[in-house]
Formats: sequence, C-alpha cells, structure tokens
Amino acid sequence: MALSRLSSRSNIISRPLSAAFRRSISTDTTPITIETSLPFTAHLCDPPSRSVESSTQELLSFFRTMALMRRMEIAADSLYKAKLIRGFCHLYDGQEAVAIGMEAAITKKDAIITAYRDHCIFLGRGGSLYEVFAELMGRQDGCSRGKGGSMHFYKKDSSFYGGHGIVGAQVPLGCGIAFAQKYSKEEAVTFAMYGDGAANQGQLFEALNISALWDLPSILVCENNHYGMGTAEWRAAKSPSYYKRGDYVPGLKVDGMDAFAVKQACKFAKEHALKNGPIILEMDTYRYHGHSMSDPGSTYRTRDEISGVRQERDPIERIKKLVLSHDLATEKELKDMEKEIRKEVDDAIAKAKDCPMPEPSELFTNVYVKGFGTESFGADRKEVKAALP
Amino acid sequence: MASLLGRFCRKLVVPGSAHGSRMTSTTACGSETVKSLNLYSAINQALHIALETDPRSYVFGEDVGFGGVFRCTTGLAERFGKNRVFNTPLCEQGIVGFGIGLAAMGNRAVVEIQFADYIYPAFDQIVNEAAKFRYRSGNQFNCGGLTIRAPYGAVGHGGHYHSQSPEAFFCHVPGIKVVIPRSPREAKGLLLSSIRDPNPVVFFEPKWLYRQAVEEVPEHDYMIPLSQAEVIREGSDITLVGWGAQLTVMEQACLDAEKEGISCELIDLKTLLPWDKETVEASVKKTGRLLISHEAPITGGFGAEISATILERCFLKLEAPVSRVCGLDTPFPLVFEPFYMPTKNKASSSSSLSSPSKNTHFLIHGFSRLL
Repeated sequence: MALSRLSSRSNIISRPLSAAFRRSISTDTTPITIETSLPFTAHLCDPPSRSVESSTQELLSFFRTMALMRRMEIAADSLYKAKLIRGFCHLYDGQEAVAIGMEAAITKKDAIITAYRDHCIFLGRGGSLYEVFAELMGRQDGCSRGKGGSMHFYKKDSSFYGGHGIVGAQVPLGCGIAFAQKYSKEEAVTFAMYGDGAANQGQLFEALNISALWDLPSILVCENNHYGMGTAEWRAAKSPSYYKRGDYVPGLKVDGMDAFAVKQACKFAKEHALKNGPIILEMDTYRYHGHSMSDPGSTYRTRDEISGVRQERDPIERIKKLVLSHDLATEKELKDMEKEIRKEVDDAIAKAKDCPMPEPSELFTNVYVKGFGTESFGADRKEVKAALP
Repeated sequence: MASLLGRFCRKLVVPGSAHGSRMTSTTACGSETVKSLNLYSAINQALHIALETDPRSYVFGEDVGFGGVFRCTTGLAERFGKNRVFNTPLCEQGIVGFGIGLAAMGNRAVVEIQFADYIYPAFDQIVNEAAKFRYRSGNQFNCGGLTIRAPYGAVGHGGHYHSQSPEAFFCHVPGIKVVIPRSPREAKGLLLSSIRDPNPVVFFEPKWLYRQAVEEVPEHDYMIPLSQAEVIREGSDITLVGWGAQLTVMEQACLDAEKEGISCELIDLKTLLPWDKETVEASVKKTGRLLISHEAPITGGFGAEISATILERCFLKLEAPVSRVCGLDTPFPLVFEPFYMPTKNKASSSSSLSSPSKNTHFLIHGFSRLL
C-alpha cells in the first residue's frame, strides 16, 4: 500500500498520523470541516460562516459526480461533432460545482428549475447517463421521450422542472412552484436558476416582486458565467452585482467554482426562504465551452482567460486537492475512478445509440391531455391524420 | 417621410409581370451592376443603404454589433458608429418598446429580434403600443419609423424554439404591416421599402435561406413596393399562393405537377398585411383552384384568411374547395420535423392538384412519400 502524497499547494489541514492507517476509497462518514475559498458577500442579510460541514463520503462523492458530469459534457461535445446530436447543445463544463453543491444542500422534494444548460442538473437530480444520451440523440428512452432534446430535460419524481428554451421564462414559473409548495406546507423550496444574460429580463423582476410580496420560498440563483452568449456582463448590465438586483430582496454572492461554498449558500438560502421569503444567490462561475456548440467561445474572450480559470479555479481540481490532502485516496485511485467513469459514459452512449427513435405517431401525442379528442389534420385538411391522443 | 422617399429612391424595380419568368427576374434597367449575394448579404446591403441615406436611422438588438448571429449586420457598427448601431441587453420587450419611443420622435428604428420565437415578450408592445399609436393619438404621434426584423421558419434542426413561423399572430393586428421576402433580391428591396414605409413593419426573414439562397442582387438603392403580390410563374390550372422559404418547396411541386400536365400559377404574396387581394383574385378567377401553403400550423394560419377572402370574391369561379397545405397542429417538433413540414409531396398529393378535366389525379400517399 503506497503512502499517499500530500498535495504541496494545499492550505487545508493534513493528517500525518493517520497516513499509516489510510483508508482505501472510503465510504464512512467521518465529518470533515472545509473552509470555503472566499468569504460570502451579502446584501441585506448576514452571510453564513465559511466553515462547511462535510464528510469523507461527501467529498469523494463530489469528486466522482463532478468528474462524471465533466466526462458526460465532453462526450456530448464529440457526439455533437459526429452529428449524432442535432439541434442545440449547451454544455455545462466548468459549472459543475453549482449543480453538485446545490444537490448536497437540499432534498428531492425541493424543486429546481433552470434554463437550457441543464444536462448536469438533471444528472444531479438522479437522472441516468443513459437517459441523458438517449434524449440528446432524440431516442425514445430519453427522459422526455426524445421529444425535448438537449434543452428540455425533466424529472418529475425528483422535482426537476426542466429544461427551458426561452431565456428568463423559467423564473416566474419557479416562483409559481414555490407558491404551490408554500400552500401545501411541504417545507420545501424552489431554486429558480438563470444566467447573467437572463438577469435583464423584465419578468424576473415581476417574479421577484410577487415572491417578496407573498413571502414565497423561492430562491433565485443567478449562474453568472460572465457572458450572456457572447456579451460580457458589463456590456449588458448597468449593475453586474446580480445578488443586489433584488433591491429589497436579500442576496448572497458565492464562489460558484467551490462546491462547498455553493452547498453552504444553498443550505443558508433554504433556511432563509422557508422563514423569510425570497433570496437571490449569485454563483460566480465560468463555462469553458462557448454558449452552445455553434459558438467557439473564443471570439469574445481570450484563450488565456479560459485556461487561466481552468488552472486557478477548476472545481474538480479543487475537490481533487482536498481529497488528496485529506488522504482519502491516492492519485492513482482517482485516476482509476476517472477511467471507470469514462467507461460508464461510453457504455451509456453505446446503449443509447442502439435505442430506436420515437414512433412517428409520437408527433401527435401529448399536445393536449390524453383523450381530449382533438383532431390534427393532414396536408389538406380533408383527411384526419390523427386524433390527438 | 414621403419627401425622404422621393429624394432617395432612385430606381424602382417593377415587380415581375415578367412573363413566366423564374425567381431571378430580369432587371428593369440594363446599366445597373448586380452581384451574386446570399440572403444575409442582401439584407446587410439594404441596412447599409438605409443607414447611409437617412442619418436618423438606427439599428439595434441583441449582438448586432459584431454582425449578429446570422451576420446580417456585419460592418454596420464599424461604418456608422456605436451611437447608431448598438447592442441591447437580453430584453425583447424593452428593445421593442425602446424602438417605438425612438420612432415616435421621428427616427427610423430598425430593431432586430434574434429569432422570431423570442418575439413574444415584445408582443404586447407591438400589438398594443406600436399598432395603435397613430390611431389613438388622432395622428398626433406615430411610430412609422419602426421596423422589426426577425429570422423565422424551419432550419432543419431548430426544434421548438428556433423554427417557429409566427406571422399569423401579427396579421391579426390592424396598424402594422407584415412583410416576408422569398429571396435575396426581394429581401433587399422589400427591407428598404419596409424601413422607409411610414407605418410600423414586422419583417420576417426566412432563416433557411440566409446562406442557401443566392441570387443576382442589384447593388444600388432600390425598393420593391409593399402590398403588391407577384406572379412568379404563370399557369392556367391552379393557383398556388405562398411566401418566404415555402415558395421554393412549392416551385418544386409545380415542376412535378407540370410533368403530369398540370399548369400551375405561383404567386408570392410578399406582404401579408395588408395583402394584395386583387392579384390573387384575378389569378383564381382564371384558374378556378387555389392551394395555399405555409410552414405555420394550419389551424388559424394566415392561409385561412386568404381562403375565406377568396371564397367571398371568387365563389362562383371555384371548381374545388380551397386547399391548405401547412404545418401540423402540434408544437414545432424536434426529431419529427420532416413529418411536420409541408413538403412538396404533400402539396402534390393535395386533392386540389387533382384535375378531373385532365383525367389525372394524385393519390394521398401518406407518410411514406414525405421526403
């Protein structure tokens, strides 16, 4: 059993004594306390503490799931270039910490609704790789039966409300879900996610006002990756301090590349929302890919900037350093884990490729509720092509 | 604005009363230079000319500064400056409202909505503010200088939110005009007319044709009149009416029908609101049959308006019910796009193209013959 190597650049506590008793990839839940990279910046509230309660199991599962998400997005990139995925594909790599940190702080009864960069959130909510790839390729075993595609992933049993194409439209929806949660006294909250581009949509402010007026347990999460498609935030917003834009609604600015900061913030936000109504979380994050697969991502930002973020702030690297410094696994074990993940992803893709496309009759299903009996006519309206089932 | 028209309009191309001519109609005057351009380049040229000829015109929208996602606005910011060509934040309602205000002060505001699918947040501004401004102020104010441009229509892989054809919603609003070009040459002339028209205009550009359609486009400043339909193919057995990218599909259907001995007359409506009823009426009175085709879903589509009007005007001359070959009554699908689209085979197999007098008829072949 090789002695573990301590990461020389870590500023986290190391435990030399237990080196000899180092556990192999452990599943025990020994508590660990992690310090977030940066303090939180608060607006109209007291920021939570920088010390986050975690455990060895959580740390390792963070690494594993984030590596899975990263691998999945890279694989989707190749599939798109191979024209197996058509239409639009918006990749989340770089932003995994937001999805993971949020999941760690909440339950499946709390609802999440987001825009079109939804593959990893879906995975975080318990979706399977197979469902992801099948949906991306438009096959019938996809999570939306192949009818939604990349932008429209949903998972009802985990309260994941998708998956929306029109920018900003999901936020009022999210506040409506929060209203329902409050009404049914579920002690659950809704996280309505949107980007820095969507932050300038009028409907957001309408939703915020309503949420604040009626004390709804809605948490608006701005995933600020600093570029709305190709427009830098300072070109689109007079005030890029999105956490302050709620004005009378409290806000918190969080380092979105630090999964533990995200976890702490979401936990804090949930407690706040259940007692006091809406709160805004601004996640300072970054996407490595362009806006979508048709955007190279380098015309509005320099390659140096992208690689700089990758070196300094990559969320998976951060977790990796933590894992190594806490002696929970060796470099080799982590590499093996990554290999396993790669295989898992490849297997899911192979299986998804074999899945058939939806039946042509699916074109007409679910336009209205089943059995509504509306007709859909054929080419010249003379012949009923299908009674919409 | 009328004087502006007179001053800057140097040549007026008379639309195709070109006899049986194809889409690339002949130029009116022999000495003008033409260049082979695709749709986005033609539109780009039109915008350059519009900004050049009127110092109080502005182009703005999301991402137009670097040229726009479809390159329609390339070079404008560099040439005319950031004060006249500028980006807006992501807020369609705000953009159009802002444009209405700018136009109300006597400027020409050329607004770009990135995809027609995103125009709905601005729907209230267009319907309630732009369309009714002149009316409710008793002609004290108007926003005639407003032109809203948006790419519309299927593109092969657009899915629900990058393929919609929302023209029917806007055709229901008295006070605005709706214009849809079919090709680069038409687009340049129609866009210049729309920008200079003293009424607010919604200008839909068929995004499929941005790169696909290439045509000889005159380089000078020319305008194609609004509310004048064009017979782009003459025939005697049946009239086909359409607009935008769908005309390419319909032309294919015409060629196929010709092989079966059916002579088709194809009309490009160009302006949907107000539309040229006289041209279509004259054609239907001649042929006795009408087929309308559009990508938008059939129920409540603009074809219904054309059908009802023609029925009123040509009832006794019609030999068969008016036929509409359109998109299906479903949301615009993702993988099912080929099934949804009104393809040429659907048009060919439409029972209107059956002609008992010539003893030939197409049968409904069903989905297997869609592509």
